[in-house]
Amino acid sequence: MEALRIHQGLVCPLNRTNIDTDQIIPKQFLKRIERSGFGQFLFYNWRFDDEGNPSPDFPLNAPKYKGASILVAGENFGCGSSREHAPWAIQDFGFKVIIAPSYADIFKNNCVKNGILAIQATEEQVQTIIKKADTEGYSLTVNLEEQMVSDSEGFQFTFDITPYPKEMLLNGWDEIGVTLTYEDKIKQYELAR
Amino acid sequence: MQTPKNIVQKVWEQHVVHQENGKPDLLYIDLHLVHEVTSPQAFEGLRMNGRKVRRPDLTFATMDHNVPTRQRQVINDPISKNQIDTLAQNCDEFGITLADIHHPDNGIVHVIGPELGLTQPGKTIVCGDSHTSTHGAFGALAFGIGTSEVEHVLATQTLWQAPPKTLNVKVNGRLGTGVTAKDLILAVIGKFGVKFGTGYVIEYTGEAIREMSMEERMTVCNMSIEGGARAGLISPDQTTIDYLRGRRYVPQGEAFEQAAESWLALATDEGASYDDVVEIDAAEVEPQVTWGTNPGMCIPVTANVPSPEQAEKASEQDEIKRALEYMGLEAGQPISSVKIDHVFIGSCTNSRLSDLRKAAAVIQGKQVNPSVKAIVVPGSFSVKLAAEEEGLDQVFKEAGFEWRDSGCSMCLGMNDDIIPSGERCASTSNRNFEGRQGKGARTHLVSPEMAAAAAIAGHFVDVREFTAQEVI
Ligand code: SF4
Repeated sequence: MEALRIHQGLVCPLNRTNIDTDQIIPKQFLKRIERSGFGQFLFYNWRFDDEGNPSPDFPLNAPKYKGASILVAGENFGCGSSREHAPWAIQDFGFKVIIAPSYADIFKNNCVKNGILAIQATEEQVQTIIKKADTEGYSLTVNLEEQMVSDSEGFQFTFDITPYPKEMLLNGWDEIGVTLTYEDKIKQYELAR
Repeated sequence: MQTPKNIVQKVWEQHVVHQENGKPDLLYIDLHLVHEVTSPQAFEGLRMNGRKVRRPDLTFATMDHNVPTRQRQVINDPISKNQIDTLAQNCDEFGITLADIHHPDNGIVHVIGPELGLTQPGKTIVCGDSHTSTHGAFGALAFGIGTSEVEHVLATQTLWQAPPKTLNVKVNGRLGTGVTAKDLILAVIGKFGVKFGTGYVIEYTGEAIREMSMEERMTVCNMSIEGGARAGLISPDQTTIDYLRGRRYVPQGEAFEQAAESWLALATDEGASYDDVVEIDAAEVEPQVTWGTNPGMCIPVTANVPSPEQAEKASEQDEIKRALEYMGLEAGQPISSVKIDHVFIGSCTNSRLSDLRKAAAVIQGKQVNPSVKAIVVPGSFSVKLAAEEEGLDQVFKEAGFEWRDSGCSMCLGMNDDIIPSGERCASTSNRNFEGRQGKGARTHLVSPEMAAAAAIAGHFVDVREFTAQEVI
């Protein structure tokens, strides 16, 4: 997993609440057995019309958000199914950071495992960013070490993150490798039962 | 005297392998259920790193999401077939027991776990599927995980987990006649919202819960995730023990009685506390129908579709507007006036024998409305067989339902059971998200009884009145 310390990138707003994983990646694309290549299907039913043409009103299709790496959305982002294909698609499309007022538990977990930083901001901060992102070229700098989000106009805020996921992201750890160093403990536990 | 504990705390403590400051707990996993959609990349990860499955004996696999429910032998979609074949190869390579598509134990993962007795009180159970909360009905701590965590459990039989906050959903009083477990859980989500359980493990308590059969309890726990909770459970009692006795994977004879004793001891202690409590009055719950695009958007069958102005926040008004548009509904229209094109009785929420019995009782001697296509998809092979032994298949077929093989089917339409765009389905499943049953498909979640009644009437009807009279 790639480490993430400081990231600067273009912001793409998606001003909807309760965006579920069925929207992030519809089920017809869950059949691949690889981890890669899901980006092309991200938000498929919203990004494309029935004939498969890009829907012009959808933010991800707007030329001004091309190349965005920070996704900003409404509360309860990633609710629904546990499919890790959702963060895989988000990442493969080019996003490294998500900012929303709240997330579904499983989705948030899945993000950490893939090196995506899901920042919990206030409703107000999110709405401010969404407004600002109307301007072409609006970008944010995210400093994970300092838990700080800022733009070039002086807008900034700090965010909370628990120590463990923070360490994981900062170091890009292979969690299984870490856990396997506890093998003795696991064995002991099994023997004691 | 010891401080009273709730069941979540008890089960948690029994499974902590390692604890240290600044880290989540390392939690031991007793049962890992695996299916074809969320596992291939996990097995691939093991291979790439030269790792093994640590405890194949605590791992059990089935195929359910992709499987055809008609003509089992032919999987038309080559990508579906690849996913199914890949699971078979992986189970073979890593030594995992698999109930493949022709195996008598095959079925939806959350139906077969309990059926086989793999699911037991006090176990920690995980699966790469968010409805793993179903197994909580037995007093197991069961939750859905992503594919990276699937790989982690395969390799280490553990997970790093922060102790969850606990939430008591207290159901006071009794449910009325014709009101089901499905209506209760929909009403709970409708009342408290789709994220009231985020960050919590729920324990359902109260008289109405105690009176429920195990299958009804599974329906309730199944939909915990639709309220945001990764896990929802119910303290074991005699109903739990009676259900489990004699099942294949539970201890037998004297050993079972001993196990039963330790299971009952897991129940929440008198006076134990939770981080939070919410309450609902069972007697007030009416049969529910969802009108929108998440399970919290539900109303009693006697009510009218809400209008955006009813919400306070602008974001909520937007959400209602979008949902009405997607669902093709008018604000203020009675939900009972909504005509349907499809009925789906199935899914891990409502595809067990008692669900099928109740639906069959509603349609007995009646005919599916000519404008409706109705299917029944039993949750497992064994449910299907048991239903056929009772002649339920005949009741359904004579009424005009299609009687299918088991699988997830139209719950998410990964096989060919899909609702065409713009068409409307009364479904006993758990998610009414946009496109869940097919792009543009409109899903209304209901109980099996309500789905059966709607199939006959061609629109939603109050099943409490329906059973009493003939409806045209
Ligand atoms: S029946 Fe539906 S909800 Fe249940 S496991 Fe299958 S796809 Fe998921």
